[in-house]
Amino acid sequence: MSVLSNNEQLRYSRQIMLNQIGEAGQQALRNAKVLIVGMGGLGNPTALYLASAGVGNLYLADGDNVEISNLPRQILFSEDDLQNNKADVASEKLQQQNPEINIEVIDEMLDAELGPYYLDLVDLVIDCSDNIATRYLMNQLCLEHKVPLIVGAATGFDGQHLLVDPRNPDSACYQCLFPASEKAPVNNCQTIGILGPVLAIIAGMQSLTAIKLLTANKVAVNQLSLFDGLSNQWRQFTLNKQATCPACGQA
Amino acid sequence: MIKVVFFAALREQLNCAELEVNAGENTDSIAKIKQLLVEQNPQWQETFNNASLLSAVNHEMVDGSHPVKSGDEVAFFPPVTGG
Repeated sequence: MSVLSNNEQLRYSRQIMLNQIGEAGQQALRNAKVLIVGMGGLGNPTALYLASAGVGNLYLADGDNVEISNLPRQILFSEDDLQNNKADVASEKLQQQNPEINIEVIDEMLDAELGPYYLDLVDLVIDCSDNIATRYLMNQLCLEHKVPLIVGAATGFDGQHLLVDPRNPDSACYQCLFPASEKAPVNNCQTIGILGPVLAIIAGMQSLTAIKLLTANKVAVNQLSLFDGLSNQWRQFTLNKQATCPACGQA
Repeated sequence: MIKVVFFAALREQLNCAELEVNAGENTDSIAKIKQLLVEQNPQWQETFNNASLLSAVNHEMVDGSHPVKSGDEVAFFPPVTGG
């Protein structure tokens, strides 16, 4: 792990100042490889926070193009970006914000074929996707590759956050929380709407968990955090690894 | 008594934040509490029949068969998958 340059010392001085980060933490961020799945309402602020904090290698995956209805919440995009691939545009904007980091664009939604290649490369996956199928796939791939997964989700005024760490044998997985055999919820941002700041709060939580995890600070598995944007309240629920879970159970 | 609370979009759907039910044989599991709530509020049937509804007892996520006793707080809320 090479020492930080003078420029890096200055740029990241306010976070290096924190005992929990320090120079070692900043170096760890610089060496980290993080895959962000989905470059929409959660992926935008998450990618922006991680890029600006100096996470050295970002892989941004999204197959969709920027649409005008994205602009109120997907804050990296502007009208000039309409019809361009989201991961492509995000990479361009983030590279302007921080030219020192490496960004790889994956201009399609990760599937079971493409996913394993990237899971072999990264230290952490952040699920910012907008559908249950991708969420199950990312959970499965992270379990198989023993890569930690930070799940965020938001619709309406509600948000949820969960860290899954397959390196910890006691960690519950996404499917322990939400068994696949059951009916998928029909509510999504297209059917019930969403507000940008609700996404920002969940993305902020995901980014914070990511930075703490990458800098070897304490992070909690088996804890579902629920945000209610109408009352501005967080609630924590304990989750247990399910022995019968089809994804991570013993069976 | 058992305190039942509804969080997130569920609270808006039911137009109810919390209620209490008597502890007893017909409320000694999550599944039975759901059944009782639907009996008392037939208009809630569709919502509670949604298998993806999440449940917790005393802030611990549990499934439908989990036992419930007097003094417990039972929470119901929907999963969120958007982003």
